[in-house]
Amino acid sequence: MSKPALHFSAHEPSAVAEISGDWVLRHVEQLESLSQDAGRSARQPGTLDLHALQRLDTTGALLLLQLLGMPRPEALPQKLNRVSEAHRMILTALAAAICDGDRSRKPADRWLQDLLQRIGMWVVDAAQQLKLLTHFIGVVITTTIRNLLQPWRLRWTSLVFHMEHVGLDAVPIVALLSFLVGSTVAFLGASVLRDFGATIYTPDMVSYAFLREFGTLLPAILLAGRSGSAFTAQIGSMKSNEEIDALKTLGMDPVCVLVMPRVVALLFTLPLLSFIGMLSGLLGGMLVSALVLDISPAAYASRIYNFTDIQHFWVGISKAPVFAFLIGVVGCLEGFKVSGSAESVGQHTTSSVVQSIFLVLTTDAMFAVLFEQLGL
Amino acid sequence: MTDTQQTPAGDPDDAVIRVRDLVNAFGANVVHNGLDLDVRRGEILGVVGGSGSGKSVLLRSIVGLQKIRSGVIELFGEPLGEMLDDSDNLCDLRLGVMFQDGALFSSLTVTENIQLAIKEHYKVGDALLQDLADMKMLLAELPLKAANQYPSELSGGMRKRAGLARALALDPEILFLDEPTAGLDPISAAAIDRLLQTLRDALGLTVFLVTHDLDTLHAICDRVAVLGEGRLITIGTLDEVANFDHPWIKAYFSGPRGRRGQVDRGDTSDTGL
Repeated sequence: MSKPALHFSAHEPSAVAEISGDWVLRHVEQLESLSQDAGRSARQPGTLDLHALQRLDTTGALLLLQLLGMPRPEALPQKLNRVSEAHRMILTALAAAICDGDRSRKPADRWLQDLLQRIGMWVVDAAQQLKLLTHFIGVVITTTIRNLLQPWRLRWTSLVFHMEHVGLDAVPIVALLSFLVGSTVAFLGASVLRDFGATIYTPDMVSYAFLREFGTLLPAILLAGRSGSAFTAQIGSMKSNEEIDALKTLGMDPVCVLVMPRVVALLFTLPLLSFIGMLSGLLGGMLVSALVLDISPAAYASRIYNFTDIQHFWVGISKAPVFAFLIGVVGCLEGFKVSGSAESVGQHTTSSVVQSIFLVLTTDAMFAVLFEQLGL
Repeated sequence: MTDTQQTPAGDPDDAVIRVRDLVNAFGANVVHNGLDLDVRRGEILGVVGGSGSGKSVLLRSIVGLQKIRSGVIELFGEPLGEMLDDSDNLCDLRLGVMFQDGALFSSLTVTENIQLAIKEHYKVGDALLQDLADMKMLLAELPLKAANQYPSELSGGMRKRAGLARALALDPEILFLDEPTAGLDPISAAAIDRLLQTLRDALGLTVFLVTHDLDTLHAICDRVAVLGEGRLITIGTLDEVANFDHPWIKAYFSGPRGRRGQVDRGDTSDTGL
């Protein structure tokens, strides 16, 4: 490999640049500085003498053409002296490609225009997303009602499959997590209650927290991360593979085929998981009470049995179907929004999890106010 | 392989790729069993074969994406295995690969796709980098309007061209193409064929082309290699290969699609098909 070089021969009347060495991508740094030096000296060579040029690739050829001021391919032969056939071929082909190609571009955006445009598009997009979500919720509700009135139209195989994946497979993690949070609540609560000599109220506190809030909220957040994202990824990859379009052309409604089983599976299983979550939370509290607070499991159970209203349970469990619906609808809708690339699947999966957790928590806050006002 | 036939296309003694006794297997499924192949400098070699005959696996083995079970692959006279050990050598391999559907990086624009490898390996100023990317796009006959578009916004033909432009990014000497015309309409496919021939002629590339497209074989391939039964069945000019006595080759060239290819070519010589 020999170094590339460029010499202006002074004795020639019109500027002739003598090119030598390898003009290839490997030497691109030297090539770039050579052409910059030539540009700075404001000497544009009229012709190039190429007899000492050794290897040439498209990078070198582009720089040579730039030295000559991008001549048209017809004008090229008289600008090249002592050129080998192979080098002439590359230079001519490149000049032809560059001159004859479609060089029109989209005009570059200005930054202010760009900023305003992006803000505007963001607002319009947000409004459209909201409209889309409400529309989709409406479609899913009507389809659900129709399906529940005509249960034979529900896809039972698919439903059972999703119930297994969404519900049964999630039991261990829901139980474990609720158990841990239950024992934490009991442990931390007891340390506050101890100051008042009121550790006996620990079971009340755990049961109140778990029956009303945590028992439902923890499984809901878990399912938003576990199943909502899975729904988005499944439906999204089907969308990018045109499988959704294929379903439509075969006369099947994607909402019936794909969304219904998933949403109904969540509607059935989240209340059951909430129940498991409540029990595990109470068990966690029971363990801590027995080990740390000297409240025997029997005393713990009888305390809950005698002093905790059943209405707390109903308040907690009644929220589960609402959370299930939100998680299912957002997960599926984000899947349908996927377009084209695999990257889009990833984006919408993230957005699905964030949105469904956000919706679950805000709805939960609204429920808290609602039940407070109702005096439940 | 004894039936390697000498033809005027390319210099028979100047093999840029030399494959000897290649064995590839996935578990018990033997794909290549003693495959020999020479690719000559400056030729366009079309590789054909039935589904599962290991065309793509051969391509992947030569570019080092597939770990071979045994055998020797030499590129420019040097064994491939030693070159792959040092990652610095990889960009010296002077290979460009165009994958079947482009395999463009979906989060990058066309320009960024082309610039990525140049930026990674060389220090180049922004202006020149832009000029280089434009030049590769124009070489691949891609309008510069597409420069700032993402792969998902391009049509199938444009994606192939963008894939080709990216394959040319590091100025390779050997270009590997996996079914460059698959999924294109005949007019776009013919345009790609013509483009490949132009690039080969202008840049002196060696082209290794895996294809099913008889029109491509007729239009641009100097030689055709037929893979089957884990080895090279035959290699030679299209006429030589078409006359080779082998059931798969007979079925391939004399099927309804094969005949049409001959008609399109306006071939008047009696090839005995």
